[in-house]
Amino acid sequence: MATTGNILFSGVGGQGILLASEVTVYALLAEGYDAKKSEVHGMAQRGGSVTAQLRYGDKVYSPLIEPGKADILISFEMMEAARYLPYLHKESKVIVNTQQIKPPAVAMGKIPYPADVLDSITSLGIQVVTVDAFDIARDAGEVKAANVVMVGAMSAFLPMDASVYEEIINTRIPERFREVNLKAFAAGRKITA
Amino acid sequence: MTDSNSLWMSGNEAIAMAAYEAGVKVASGYPGTPSTEIMENLSKYEGVYTEWAPNEKVGLEVAIGASFAGVRAFATMKHVGVNVAADPLFTVSYTGVRGGLVVITADDPEMHSSQNEQDNRNYAYAAKLPMLEPSEPAEAKELLKDAFDLSEKFDTPVLFRITTRVAHVKGVLSKGDMRQSAATCGIEKAPAKIVMLPGNARNRRKVVEERMVQLREVAESDAFNKVEPGDTKRGFITGGVAYLYVKEAFPEATVLKLGMSWPLPEKKIKEFAASVDELYVVEELDPFLEHHIKAMGVECHGKDLIPNQGELNTSIVRTSIDPDSAPELFAPADLPMRPPNMCAGCPHRGVFFNLSKMKDIFVSGDIGCYTLGFLPPLSAMDSCVCMGASIPIAHGMAKALGEEGKGKLVSVIGDSTFIHTGINGLINSVYNDSKTVLIILDNRITAMTGQQNNPASGYNIKGEVANSINFEELCRAVGVKHVEVVNPHDIDECRTALKKALELDEMAVVISRAPCVLLPEIKNAQHNPYSTNTENCAGCMACVKLGCPAISWTNITPEEAVARGYKEKQKGFAVISEVQCNGCGQCAALCKFEAINRKGE
Repeated sequence: MATTGNILFSGVGGQGILLASEVTVYALLAEGYDAKKSEVHGMAQRGGSVTAQLRYGDKVYSPLIEPGKADILISFEMMEAARYLPYLHKESKVIVNTQQIKPPAVAMGKIPYPADVLDSITSLGIQVVTVDAFDIARDAGEVKAANVVMVGAMSAFLPMDASVYEEIINTRIPERFREVNLKAFAAGRKITA
Repeated sequence: MTDSNSLWMSGNEAIAMAAYEAGVKVASGYPGTPSTEIMENLSKYEGVYTEWAPNEKVGLEVAIGASFAGVRAFATMKHVGVNVAADPLFTVSYTGVRGGLVVITADDPEMHSSQNEQDNRNYAYAAKLPMLEPSEPAEAKELLKDAFDLSEKFDTPVLFRITTRVAHVKGVLSKGDMRQSAATCGIEKAPAKIVMLPGNARNRRKVVEERMVQLREVAESDAFNKVEPGDTKRGFITGGVAYLYVKEAFPEATVLKLGMSWPLPEKKIKEFAASVDELYVVEELDPFLEHHIKAMGVECHGKDLIPNQGELNTSIVRTSIDPDSAPELFAPADLPMRPPNMCAGCPHRGVFFNLSKMKDIFVSGDIGCYTLGFLPPLSAMDSCVCMGASIPIAHGMAKALGEEGKGKLVSVIGDSTFIHTGINGLINSVYNDSKTVLIILDNRITAMTGQQNNPASGYNIKGEVANSINFEELCRAVGVKHVEVVNPHDIDECRTALKKALELDEMAVVISRAPCVLLPEIKNAQHNPYSTNTENCAGCMACVKLGCPAISWTNITPEEAVARGYKEKQKGFAVISEVQCNGCGQCAALCKFEAINRKGE
């Protein structure tokens, strides 16, 4: 592969973004790619907006995605998808969990949660896939697997077969959570594959 | 590309592994983003003694002691921690080492989790120490091992600088060879070398300069600083993570990559400069390389183009040098901010809620999760400078204000920060007759950096039982007469204690004691959340004003109010998210309408 692929994970601290990005990385590494991932720890994790930036290719230098170069945006919260518009390009794929988490000013009733917030992305002609990750994860047997549902939905936009992810889940996730995560992954992948 | 031997690790995990492979025997540090995970990970390796020190100065001094005893020693800290450790740092430069000694400075450009953006390459210059600086995890791993060899070979401590985008970046790397110290462990007396009285220090001062001359020769070799050939129309001198951005922004160009940020290879730099049409120095933060390169009489571009604040990235580097290359980007959407917040059930909230109701007071704050007490709706912190500063700042204000400040000055500090550098401030306040109130927010853990044990926790870095400080006895021992312990979740008890302390005409301490909700034993305990009976909600917003992330408010129209059976003028109602609630009960204590009850009660 000649160019580098860029995946931007976004959401709110505590949503399981790190695990989702790790499953994705291990699948990319199993396929033989080089990769780098950038995370922010510390103050930024206390319920604020969080991102993980993942880049893969033959050889990756910078750990940071350039504005306008995110090929995939996978957002675990609805509004957080729209926060990263400057990172997107016309061909970006956006996968959004429809869950809404109210930021402080909304929770205090000072301003409303922005209505039709995804219109700001679709109006640019960018493909947006919405995923009711919570409902799907609940059906799979565990709401906490919503992050793996999201990885499943995203996986159809990456070059690896489903079996690569399944192998990662089988080897890297504790046994008692495997079954539910395999189900969650398959249910997510069905949305887009 | 990766193979089956590849490991996927963060820079901090890689550095911990490298310290182990380098044969480090003793390591000490104080948690601080982005350095914390180094010591956490190193503590899991066999055969390495690790510890959390009360502060960075103590941590470095422990490492110096281990080095004097002839083993490889390691101290880790964030950039501002080096300020605390600067006293031993500048003099251990004179004494040199026996076992290799490496000091990590983890800088935080962009201030993701810091109060300033200082560039600690300046410490290498000021303390006359060599500094190595990797650009990514795989390089960090190899370079750290070389740092220990360099330390012993040249009898010098080595500064090892990483930034957030090395520490918290994950990359592919592999295990390496095991190395060991050339020194022998044992007591070896060398007073002329390590007793730094003026006569000895003057002699060592000369040795430091001679060492610098030798280290410049190392810098001239290809060991750390290499020219990567390429198009010579533009040549780049760069180091650290900025190197990666240069490689992506100008892949064709020739680059002089500096893995050693200090001292600099003058001959190599001049030769490189002469080989290119135009020379660019690309570095994050200060024009450190640029100033020293210009002092060599070499002309270059640097901070005339590249920003001297915040992080760089590929895009910034490219467009700073080629402004026409700036791509057209989609405009950002106008969205509500989502700043960090204290957790649902955080014990600190009870204290800050009470402080927010006391309008005439000034709250002198400190560094930790509780600095978030500054944010609305609580807005109950009025200053925050550095670790431990809360107590002396309140004292200084009291002395300046005299009568006007009476009963108004409160300092707030966490348990770990109090131990770090707060105790000295308290001693000063008592000794110099302060009439201020100190609140110690004692949640038994260093929370902000991810729940590290500290001298108040009762456990050491490995989670083994350890001695723990008794704050009440400590405060009384330094001369505080009024010491009261409160449960911060009991809003009324907390308010009464604070008011009583403020009315006293003496230094008073209130210890707010309740465990951090992120502690595993609290997190994994039986969940017993509160829930809202919205029928009873009168829309008074008392609970909403706590700013708890588990509580949200819904606005309603007068028609909706009537339809819900409320008074027409009721503007809305509050709902508790039972998933997020940690059952602290602060909101229930504030509700006068029996609208908040523990589930099942």
